[in-house]
Formats: sequence, C-alpha cells, structure tokens
Amino acid sequence: MKAIPNVHLESSTPFRAPRFSVSRAMVLTLGVGWLAVTTLPFLFVVVTSLKSQQDTYSGSAWSLPSVLDLSNYRAVLEGGFWVYLRNSLFVVGLSTALILLTGSMAAYVFARISSRLNRSIFSLVVAGMIVPLHVTLVPVYLMTRTAGLYDTPFALIGPYVASSLPVSIFILTEFMRQIPRELEEAAMLDGCGPFAIFWRIFVPLSGPGLATVAIYNAIALWNEFIFAYVLTSTPANRTLPLAVWDFQGQYASNIPATLAVVTLTSLPLIVAYAFGQERIIKGMMVGSVKG
Amino acid sequence: MMSLPKRSRLGRPSAMVSATFLAPAIALLGLFLLYPLISSFRLSTLDWNGLGTTGRFIGLQNWIHLSHDPAFFKAVRNNLILAVFSVLIQMPIALTLAVMLDKAGRGSRTLKILYFLPLLMSSVAIGVVFKNVYDPNFGPLNAALNALGLGNLAQDWLGDGRFALGATLAVICWQNIPFYMILFMAGLSSLSPELREAARLDGASPLRVFWHIELPHLQGTLRTGVLLAVIGSLRYFDLIFVMTGGGPDGASELMATYMYRTVFSSFQLGYGSTIASAMFLIVLVVASVTLTLTRRFETEI
Repeated sequence: MKAIPNVHLESSTPFRAPRFSVSRAMVLTLGVGWLAVTTLPFLFVVVTSLKSQQDTYSGSAWSLPSVLDLSNYRAVLEGGFWVYLRNSLFVVGLSTALILLTGSMAAYVFARISSRLNRSIFSLVVAGMIVPLHVTLVPVYLMTRTAGLYDTPFALIGPYVASSLPVSIFILTEFMRQIPRELEEAAMLDGCGPFAIFWRIFVPLSGPGLATVAIYNAIALWNEFIFAYVLTSTPANRTLPLAVWDFQGQYASNIPATLAVVTLTSLPLIVAYAFGQERIIKGMMVGSVKG
Repeated sequence: MMSLPKRSRLGRPSAMVSATFLAPAIALLGLFLLYPLISSFRLSTLDWNGLGTTGRFIGLQNWIHLSHDPAFFKAVRNNLILAVFSVLIQMPIALTLAVMLDKAGRGSRTLKILYFLPLLMSSVAIGVVFKNVYDPNFGPLNAALNALGLGNLAQDWLGDGRFALGATLAVICWQNIPFYMILFMAGLSSLSPELREAARLDGASPLRVFWHIELPHLQGTLRTGVLLAVIGSLRYFDLIFVMTGGGPDGASELMATYMYRTVFSSFQLGYGSTIASAMFLIVLVVASVTLTLTRRFETEI
C-alpha cells in the first residue's frame, strides 16, 4: 500500500473526496440526534430544578423559568444533603479500601502460587461474578438484623466488599500475572519474605490495575441502591442514592425540588468525570466487561 | 522470617502463605455471598412472616406454589422480553454510533464524553428523572408531542399497562447504549487501518466495508455485548422499582421486583426467598447457555 501515493487515493476513490456526501450527512444527523437524546433529559432536569413550583404547573415543561428560583437547592442543602454525602463518602471510601486490600492479597496468591486447591478456589471466586445480588438480599438483611448493624452505615460495608471482590480479584490476578518473576526472585535472594514481596513489589507495580478496580467499584457502589435501601432506614444513616428516593417521597408533588436533588446527587461524579474522563471511561469499561 | 528458603517460590511453605493471604477475601465472600446464597435456599422451605427467630418448615410447598404462580411467570416473561429487546435495540444503535464516532476521528472526543454521561448517574436518579419526563400532565414528552401536533399520541406512559414495560425499556436503552457504544469503539480501534484502506482502494462502499470488514472484526466484542445485555436484563431492579414498582397491575413486574414486594410488602420471607432462589437458578442456566453459545468468557477489547 505504501506504493500508492495519497494523491492518487483522493482523486480516484469516490467517497473520500466529496465534503457533502449522503453518508456524511447521515452520520452527522445521527451524531447530533443522539446528542439530543442524551442531553435533553439533563437539560430538562437542570432547567426545571431552577423553576418555582408555580412555574412548573402553569407553564409548559419546555419553557424557561420565569424567575430563577434557587429555593429548591437551598431546601435540599439544608435538608440533610450533607449527611447523605458524608455517609456515601464513608461507605464507599472504606469499602473501596477493603476491596483493594483483600482483593490484591488474594490476587497475589492466585497469580503466583499455583496449586490445585488454589485453582479451584479461583474458579469458584470468579463464578461469584454471575450471582445476582438480589438473591443474597434477604439473608443479608436477616444477618444484619441479628448482628445489630441494621440501620448503620457499617451494615453496607460487608455486602459491598463481598459483591465487588469476584470481579476485582479477577482483574487484579490478570494484572499480577504479568509482573515479571525476575523481580521477586531477586527480592527473595535479598531475603524478602512473601509479605515484603507483596507489599514492596506487587502492590506498587499493580498501580494501574488497582486504579481500574478502585474506579470501577467506587462508581458502582456510589450508585448502589437496593442494599442501602433495605439495610438502613433513617436519613441519618443513608447514602446519596437514597437521598433521591427519600426526597422524592417527601416532595411527592414538588417537581422542581425533586429534580434539584437529582442534580445535586449526580454532581459529585460528574465533577470527578470532568477531571479524568478517559480514566473513568476506561476503568468502568474494563470492570464491566470482565464482570 | 525467612528460615525455609527452598520450600516454595515464595520462600515459605506455600500452603501457609496461600491461607494467610486468601483468608480475608475468602471470609468476606463466604459470609456475605456464599452463605446468603445457601441460606436463601434454606429459607425457601419456610413459611415465615419475618417475625420471631424463624418460621415453620413446610418442605417444598413454596416451590410447588411457585410452579403454579402466574405472577412469577409473568415476571419471568417480562425479564425475557427485556433481554431480547435490549439486545435487538441496543446493539444496532450502539454499533452505528460506534462506527460513526470511529469515522469522525479526533473530533468525536467531545461527543464520546457527552454520550457517556448517563452511565455516571445512579439508576434511582435516572428513574426519578424519567418518571417526570413521562408524567402525563407536566412531563416534557407529552408536551413535546402536543407541540408537534401529535397530541393524540400522548399517553399516560407509566400508568397504562399497555405502555409501562415499553416505556421502561426505552429508559434502559437510553442508559445502556453508551456503554455498548464504547465497548464497540474499543473493538474497532484494534482494526488495522490498512485493511480498510485496501478495501476502499478496491472500490468497496462504506456499507460494504462495514459489512465485510468491521462487523466480522467485532464478532467477539458483539458476543460479549450480547452476554452482558442478557445477564443484565435478568437482574434489573432499580429503574423499574423507582419508575413503576412493577405496576400497573404487574405489567412491568420483574423477578427482582416481585421478590422484593413479596418479602418487604407482603412479608412472606419464605416465598420471597423461593423467588430469589429460582431467579438465581434461571440466571445460572441462561448464563451458561449464552456462554456455550458465545463460547468465550472474555474478549480482547
């Protein structure tokens, strides 16, 4: 192909040269069309959340607010939003830390110590990926009640970590298998034990893998609903997705206030996304595909 | 610490190292995944309203009841409808968008970033948003239809049993298409540009390039997409729970919402656990069938 000069290519191929071809117009229409489908709901949410209640009921759903009404946001921010946010940060932060720690320890064994027992355990762990979590809901609810953890943020940690471990261990094992053996052999000659090798070689060298696992799980857990809904009951102990639910019940007929909650609860992730789109997209894709 | 250097690769009896490093993960998985799974089957043999420490043992009666329960079969049917239409609607649109963004080259980065936004929202938030979008009186969807002179198409989308499942399916597609789009884009990026260029030089139209080069190249990725969409469809809960609660009159009921209602609204822990256990078995069967059909578990993206 190198032999064919570019000039020749542009003049002879019929669909490359014209700037306004039919296929190009179709592609453009599709691109803009899907952009509208994706963004119009967001636009509706933000615009409506800035309306007064009266505006919502009298005007069309598509009209702009007659006066900017920030009272919805004020009401939400004063109505416990920060408590939900704090709980989310606590639950997701602690869960993610535990996933990374216990997941990478297990992955280290699966990546390096190949015994029949370990291989069977690994298959079993990986099979855990297809368990629909709703199946464990009732037993976990009963356990939480028995343990006295019902309606505390701590109730969520165990189920969150356990449900994230299969995918995480799978990704981290694949990652650690690629770490060259020479490094640990050299470390062993220097007298390093398995703990030192794990901590000083495997953990630092698994950085990108750990980042992927952290991003994927943190986003999934940040948005988790059903366990948080069943295992907690008071706003003081609930996470952000529950804020949407609780406010929706509380403001059943106040559409702008409900949508203000949606905006505020979605904001943290969208802000994070603004700082690292590529990384977040990649992290979520790898996690989901392997899961 | 390292007194036995030759016993294993890691310098210690490897069984002990394995046990120590695996213990935390195995303990968590055992306690919060394996035990509840087994426990669910045990609970399915009880008649229990959740009060007291345990219920009355009734053997397989719940399972017999389940095999005659029209509400459960309707839920299974709805799950299967979601699975089939998720694949039929999401894959072609996602594929078209992916090919489009792939052709658009560098200028598509902004589009890709914007397209991805729905994936960052929680399903609860999306459910609440679209409940308002579909609102028969104040919702923008009916308002837009009226403005376009199509007022007779305006419906009570979620409150009418004829439309509820379709309306929720549309939202599921809205939420998930960007995911498959990016999956396919990743697949396309590994296609060598020379191959496409060669086809063009031979005079192949863009459609033929897609059909004979790009699509075959994406075969593996497409299989992964179908598998994820099917398994995901069998587990849907949040969106439907928020938007319709399974209603009206079971029109959009899924296995997971039916299980939830049975346990936490009707207080039948035993029967709810039977539904949950059946759901696990169905997912297991469908997943292994799909896996066998697609013959691979992972794919290079």
